[in-house]
Amino acid sequence: MRVLATIKRVPITGGRIVLTDDSRAIDTRHLGFTMSPHEECGVEEAVRLIESNKGDSVVLTLGPPEAVEQLRDAMALGIDRAIHLQTDGQEWDGEATAHAITEAIRADEAANGPFDVIFFGNESADSGGFQVGIRVAYALARPCVTGLKKITVEGKDVSCEQEVEGGRDVYVVALPAVLTVKEGLNLPRYPSVPGKMRARSKPVAVNSPTRQAARLELASLAVPAGQGRRAESLGGGAAAAPAVVEMLRKAGVL
Amino acid sequence: MNALVLMEPGDASRQTLTLARRFGQSLHAVHMNVVDPFAPDAVAAVLQMAAEEVSAAAVFAAGTERGNDVMARLAARMGLPMAANCVDAAPGDPVMVTRQRWGGSLLEEARLSSPRPLITVAPHTVPIEAGPEPTDVDIQTLVARLAERDLAVHVSDHVAPSSGGVSLTTAKVIVSGGRGVGSKEGFAIIDELAGLLGAAVGCSRAVTSAGWRPHTDQVGQTGTKVAPEVYIACGISGATQHMAGLKGAKRILAINSDPQAPMMQNADYTVVGDLKEIVPAISAEIRDRR
Ligand SMILES: Cc1cc2nc3c(=O)[nH]c(=O)nc-3n(C[C@H](O)[C@H](O)[C@H](O)COP(=O)(O)OP(=O)(O)OC[C@H]3O[C@@H](n4cnc5c(N)ncnc54)[C@H](O)[C@@H]3O)c2cc1C
Ligand SMILES: Nc1ncnc2c1ncn2[C@@H]1O[C@H](COP(=O)(O)O)[C@@H](O)[C@H]1O
Repeated sequence: MRVLATIKRVPITGGRIVLTDDSRAIDTRHLGFTMSPHEECGVEEAVRLIESNKGDSVVLTLGPPEAVEQLRDAMALGIDRAIHLQTDGQEWDGEATAHAITEAIRADEAANGPFDVIFFGNESADSGGFQVGIRVAYALARPCVTGLKKITVEGKDVSCEQEVEGGRDVYVVALPAVLTVKEGLNLPRYPSVPGKMRARSKPVAVNSPTRQAARLELASLAVPAGQGRRAESLGGGAAAAPAVVEMLRKAGVL
Repeated sequence: MNALVLMEPGDASRQTLTLARRFGQSLHAVHMNVVDPFAPDAVAAVLQMAAEEVSAAAVFAAGTERGNDVMARLAARMGLPMAANCVDAAPGDPVMVTRQRWGGSLLEEARLSSPRPLITVAPHTVPIEAGPEPTDVDIQTLVARLAERDLAVHVSDHVAPSSGGVSLTTAKVIVSGGRGVGSKEGFAIIDELAGLLGAAVGCSRAVTSAGWRPHTDQVGQTGTKVAPEVYIACGISGATQHMAGLKGAKRILAINSDPQAPMMQNADYTVVGDLKEIVPAISAEIRDRR
């Protein structure tokens, strides 16, 4: 079995988002980086599929040179190798991203055969375009199911559960398939120390695709106005309990 | 000029009409349940045919899970860009959109250059306004033209929600715990207060990652978005990704040992101190008054 997971490097923004002076990006000078929790679940699922079926697991990102950190994080969880589509850090829109990822998948598949499953996050953490996985699936003419909280490979098919209001919808599609997943799909393992050691020497294939012109082009960013919450103190410690209960009573919930 | 709208039951689609009206004097509608059982590629195919038939200048959908899914499929079919979760859109070339990033914690102004703008509208960000109502596209001939492969991905079964407990999405009160709760067992005092209030229990991602609570309890950008009358945040720092789930909360009570925690600045009411003393004291006070 061959499985691919795609991930995107994003900053960990903490309690308040600070923008650069030109308001075109987040000021990341003091921030750490990660991948989206959705994508981390895709990585974990890819590792599990190869643990039980044997084969080849690959992680792919399109991003700046530093995004190799997130590729190593994924390999520390058990992914075998990585493909890094390197950029100069500019924004790529959903169309351009999908195009570059599709080309990279085609190249890898030409050499190694088709991926049975390709995992995407349901949406990226930062831009939230809700589209890259679906675009890649269409380009490859493969079935795509989105927003998955459970998947079960059953022979040549995969059964997928998508969370909807009032339960879960079930889809059964033929492999090879493109699946977009959400946090909650599984509980990703913590990377082990030997896992991190092994990740350092796993292969990373680097490629520099050309960026096609953006048709959804970022002009500027803004932090939305706060909600005007007043942070009224009800006191400190256990002594605040009566004030809290009074507040709950006034709010009509007691 | 005509605009085409993918309609679903509920307010999100009514809100979508508000922006769609700027792009067409006359509105046309295709409904999400146009194919039953639901098959997202088929809905996208019907939308594509309908867009041609009514010469739609733009296509809109609500930024719901299905709205975003079907719109992305339409974008892929037509080879066009798509702007998801917009809170504003002004016609022109390019179309100027304001859209949500980071689950709504950040807004992006963007230029959408497209012969046929495809736009989804973030739920609960645009008011419902009175105006011309959409007329339904006659879908019968369109559905008859669907290809077999467009029906390949379809809903074949439904699993009922696991029962038990108050649902996060509909709860009037949520008692939510973060890393400050300290352990799985530490949630006993959170459960106790929630029981007394008839509340749902929520939590932060630090808690689900540690395996203390299931992901179904997680509030935030990659968890559940909630809208209770009162949200009680116990030992939660208030990271932007957690706050992204709280925009709909009427009142937030923050209980935290750190008065500088972002949650304490972004709450309506605060209690500073150790939640292990404060939460049981609130439970005791409620019992005393009964
Ligand atoms: C893309 C992305 C998506 C994410 N999605 C989500 C999401 O959906 N939901 C989510 O919650 N997080 C999400 N996160 C994670 C988020 O960034 C934070 O890491 C997380 O919310 C922190 O959880 P916490 O507040 O419980 O822990 P911490 O940040 O560690 O805060 C613990 C708090 O408890 C207080 N405390 C400690 N002990 C006590 C005590 N005895 N009494 C009272 N207070 C005490 C501390 O002062 C502190 O404020 C996401 C992150 C990323 C990058
Ligand atoms: N730059 C990128 N590199 C790798 N994968 C990406 C990138 N951007 C988006 N993706 C994948 O596509 C998913 C959906 O992204 P989006 O359409 O931006 O919401 C993400 O969760 C990732 O799995």
